[in-house]
Amino acid sequence: MFKKLVLGAAAIAMVSGAQITTSVAQETLYVPSLSYRTGPYAGGGTPIANGFADYFNMLNARDGGIGGLKVVVEECETGYNAQKGVECYEATKGKGALVYNPYSTGITLQLIPKAPVDKIPVLSMGYGLSAAARGETFPWTFTYPTSYWSQMSSILKYIDANGGLKGKKIGYIYLVSGYGKEPIPILESLAKTIGFDVVQFPVAGKEMQNQSSQWLNVRKEKPDWMIMWGWGAMNATAIKEAAKIRFPMDRFIGNWWAAAHADLNPVGAAGKGYLGANFSGVGTNFPALQDVLKLVVDAGKSQAKKEDVGNVLYNRGLFNAVIVAEAISTAQKMTGKKSITGSDMRVGLENFNLSEARLKELGLEGFTGAIKGDCVDHEGGGSIFIQQWDGSDWKRVSDLIPPMSDLVGPMLDAAAAKYVADKPEWQTQKCS
Amino acid sequence: MFYREAGQFKTNYQADQAVFPILQDRMAIGAILVIAFVAIPYFGNDFFINSMMIPFLIFSLAAIGLNILTGYTGQISLGTGAFMGVGAYSCYKLATIFPEVNIIFLIVVSGFFSAGIGVIFGLPSLRIKGFYLVVTTLAAQFFLEWAFITVRWLYNYNDSGAIEVPQREVMGVIITGASATPMARYLVVLSIVVVMTWIASNIIHGRIGRSWMMIRDMDIAAELMGVRPLYAKLSAFAVSSFYAGVAGAMMVFLWLGAAEVESFDVNHSFLILFMVVLGGLGSLLGSFLGAAFIWVLPIIIRAAPGVFGLDISAATGEHVNFMIIGVLIIFFLIVEPHGLARLWAIGKQKLRTWPFPY
Repeated sequence: MFKKLVLGAAAIAMVSGAQITTSVAQETLYVPSLSYRTGPYAGGGTPIANGFADYFNMLNARDGGIGGLKVVVEECETGYNAQKGVECYEATKGKGALVYNPYSTGITLQLIPKAPVDKIPVLSMGYGLSAAARGETFPWTFTYPTSYWSQMSSILKYIDANGGLKGKKIGYIYLVSGYGKEPIPILESLAKTIGFDVVQFPVAGKEMQNQSSQWLNVRKEKPDWMIMWGWGAMNATAIKEAAKIRFPMDRFIGNWWAAAHADLNPVGAAGKGYLGANFSGVGTNFPALQDVLKLVVDAGKSQAKKEDVGNVLYNRGLFNAVIVAEAISTAQKMTGKKSITGSDMRVGLENFNLSEARLKELGLEGFTGAIKGDCVDHEGGGSIFIQQWDGSDWKRVSDLIPPMSDLVGPMLDAAAAKYVADKPEWQTQKCS
Repeated sequence: MFYREAGQFKTNYQADQAVFPILQDRMAIGAILVIAFVAIPYFGNDFFINSMMIPFLIFSLAAIGLNILTGYTGQISLGTGAFMGVGAYSCYKLATIFPEVNIIFLIVVSGFFSAGIGVIFGLPSLRIKGFYLVVTTLAAQFFLEWAFITVRWLYNYNDSGAIEVPQREVMGVIITGASATPMARYLVVLSIVVVMTWIASNIIHGRIGRSWMMIRDMDIAAELMGVRPLYAKLSAFAVSSFYAGVAGAMMVFLWLGAAEVESFDVNHSFLILFMVVLGGLGSLLGSFLGAAFIWVLPIIIRAAPGVFGLDISAATGEHVNFMIIGVLIIFFLIVEPHGLARLWAIGKQKLRTWPFPY
């Protein structure tokens, strides 16, 4: 027995002795993908990772990559766990990573301070730290197309347009985590400025599948509208509970992580009327998605099932890839180099301009609103639209709703200033 | 053959009672320390130091903490994650309130806060034992997690509820914050872990440690022989939580750089309990072996397909990883229920008599 153990130990030692870096061919564009196909949030992480990888594979197959260089997407499994996320970051940053898309607010918070040191930008697409929308304070972090705070104001705008907001009672049900707590300051501040009441219903991560007490409180408080910042199994549970207490579904709005097919499929017809925010088009009725279907999915190069292409979260991951791809090509144009670095990528992200015309060129007309960032604005305009569940699928029901920039802007400035207040060494930048 | 104590004569009691009575053992310890302090910083790349060595050392320290409580005193605890959190949050508060104080000092001091909380939640251990104590420590875990979310003062009213490590220098070298080099952080972690392991070894081999082991082996007999359970159990809780607290503070300040409450959830308590059980209850060496097994081995397995040029997806790799680690845990526990440390001891015994075993 002992002999076997020694042999086993020797085998393990041999594996560890070998180099733990894989070589990536020289001239490529390396984009790490911090995915989570395992763990409690895999239901959301898998379609995002599929959409992200498939778009780049499509570009590789159709255009030969970006600017003539192939894009290499390497997935690293985080399990939505911040510690594993940091491990993935360390494992991939040395291979010439251009940009990180952490897909978890927890991992984003860890990477934001590392980005200026390693000179690799972080693109937290519509999640993470809202204050990162301020480019002068956060030169290396981008939140295209919008931040949680801006999104919250857009949702409130929608409520205002559908029956008024003043004097109403808004219930806010959220996952107790960095993610769920992020929009509370803006909600409380807007409640004062606009004049409505806020009732909070926190849901702890462990109890997210047992929300009866929260919804009992909802019944007691009788809010006019409910807004949800949920993720994973929390969403379907909340919608089921809402249906149980007969809360009007068309007064219940989920944010863009709480309104996906994965959340509503288990609810089905009971969730009819439920509203959700979104910024990436639904369905496959776009030329770019047809290309993905033809060149990647039908060619058997995708991990996604054909019927899942075009789902809310799949398209979200694909949209993330579109932003990265556009930033890469902008960076290539600005620097005149084909093979770019993380610093060049930042230039590309700062001069990011996804106009309606460009969207049409990309084959994504009507997929989302135009985004234009610059040195100061790392948020890029950030409109969302509202979609509604019809019992079996999502239907877009509103036009693009821009955020209340006049109200959110000063708060973002204050939050950014607060973030760096106790960090004298923090690297900021000047924008002319 | 080479591992033989023949000819090593002890001329005084001190030498005879040493923790490592055999010369070869002392040489091996010295060699390990030289490798850890010189060779690894010199040859190791960032990934190796940052993602393998630093977490390995931090989890080893936490495992030592739990081993003191569970392995040496026999009090099972599921609150280690939360006690690590107490250390981390108090270190964060201290570092922001006293920005000019040496951060290494604050990391160690935050252990005392954790020790205090540990003593409070250790009080039920005077009345209840075994599984019932597990439940009360689990309650500590959930209560503290709740407190880390609800008491906003703890994270300075940060909007995201996260603690973010400020940059601090010691003697002109940046050791916390994103600008700190992995090597600097590694050397600080290593120094703290080595010193604290040495202290733990001394406590365990001394009067206090013996009273813990007496309580573990039979508390009534221990009481009859003059060990006061109040002091023995509470001191075990205090020392254990101190170690966990320092490990937690190091985890946030010298490894992660920022943390939310999820970094201290019950899964981490289980993780560290597994390290202790697998490594060997009642063994300092076991704490290191267990931490290496639970933390370092999965990273190696994850990297293995790339080394051999196999192209498997990240998720498949992760699933395979879960399976291999699960099978190995079962295998080792069947082969040697007393953990890896016991296997090591058996191996050492065999080496001593090799090649003529009797």
